[in-house]
Amino acid sequence: MDSHIEEQSSTIQVLPPNKEKIKRLWTIAAYLGIITCIEFLIAFLWPDGALKIALFVGLTIVKAFYIVAEFMHLGHEVKVMIWSILLPLIFVVWLILALLIQGDAIFLLKY
Amino acid sequence: MSAPTAAVGEESKNIWMGGVSPMNVSYGKLMMWFFLLSDAFTFSALLVAYGTIRFTYMAYEGTGDAFAFSQEYWPIPEKVFEAAPFLHGVNLPLVFVGIMTFILIMSSVTMVLAVEAGQRMDKKAVEKWMLWTLLGGIAFLSCQAWEWTHFIVGTDNGSTLPNGTTLFGASLVVNQYGPPAFADFFFFITGFHGFHVFSGVMFNFLIFYWAVVGKFERVGHYEMVEKVGLYWHFVDLVWVFVFTFFYLV
Repeated sequence: MDSHIEEQSSTIQVLPPNKEKIKRLWTIAAYLGIITCIEFLIAFLWPDGALKIALFVGLTIVKAFYIVAEFMHLGHEVKVMIWSILLPLIFVVWLILALLIQGDAIFLLKY
Repeated sequence: MSAPTAAVGEESKNIWMGGVSPMNVSYGKLMMWFFLLSDAFTFSALLVAYGTIRFTYMAYEGTGDAFAFSQEYWPIPEKVFEAAPFLHGVNLPLVFVGIMTFILIMSSVTMVLAVEAGQRMDKKAVEKWMLWTLLGGIAFLSCQAWEWTHFIVGTDNGSTLPNGTTLFGASLVVNQYGPPAFADFFFFITGFHGFHVFSGVMFNFLIFYWAVVGKFERVGHYEMVEKVGLYWHFVDLVWVFVFTFFYLV
C-alpha cells in the first residue's frame, strides 16, 4: 500500500507559486484591512447621522465585493453563475425594506 | 469537464441540453454556492430582525460622553464593547472587535493561499497555509469566548435601575446594557456566526488532515480545499456584516 502511494506521488508535478496571483491576493487583503481602519476612524471622528450610516453600509459592500469577487472567485466565473448567486439576494433588499418599515410602525404604536 | 463535447453535433450548441457544465464549475462547488446563498438568507434574516427590533425602541438622544446604560433606550454599541483582555478598566471602544475582524480577514487570506497552493498540487504549501488558517479560526473563537464572558459577567459597577436594583452583565432575560432584546440578539447573531466559525475550523482541520495523509494526491486534485475555502470566506463575509450592523451602526 505504502509503496503504491509513493509511486503515485512521485509522478505528481508541483507547479511553482503563481507570484502574480499571490501578490494580488495580498493586495486585496491590504484593501480589506485599510477599509476596516477607515470604518474605525469614521466611527469615532464622523458626526452621527444618516450619512455616517450610509458610509458604513457603502464600505461594507465594498469589502463584501472584494471577498466574494476575489477570495471566493465569483468575479472570475461565467456570467450565468454570477447572476444565479446575486439575483436571489434581491429578496433580502425587500426584507430590509419591509421589516424596517414594520419596526417603525411598531415604534409609533408603542410611544 | 467542458472540453470533450465537440463531436456531439448541432444540438449541443444549447449548453443547457447536457454534456457540458454551463456554469463551468463542478457539482460540489455549485452546491456549496447554493448552500451559502441559503445561509446568506438566514444571516440576513437575523440582522434585519435586529434592525426591526432596534427601530421599535427609543434611540439614545444626547452626547456620547453623557451616555449611561438604561432599559429605556437601545445602547450605543461602542459603549458596550469597550473592554479588552489584560487591560481591565481601560476604555477601548471597539478595539477588541477590530482585532477579531483582522484575525478573520487574515485567516481568509491564508485560506485563499491554501487554495492557490492546491491548484498547483503543492502539498507542503497547502499544509502550511491550512495550519495558519486553523490558527486564525481558533484565535477568533478564543477572542469570542472572552468577549462573551465579559458580556455575560458585566462591568464592575453594573447598572442601577430606577427601583434601586443593580444589574450585572447579561442573560437572555435581562441585561445591564439595555432592553433584553439587545443581549438576545447579541447571543443569537454572534453565537450563530461563532458556530459557523467552529464548524469551519472542524472542516479546515479535516482538510489539513487529508492533505497531510496524502488523500488529495491520491484523488489527483485539491478541489475539496476550494469547497471548504468557499465556506470559510463566507464566514468572514458574514462577520464583515455583523461588524458593521451590530458594532458600528
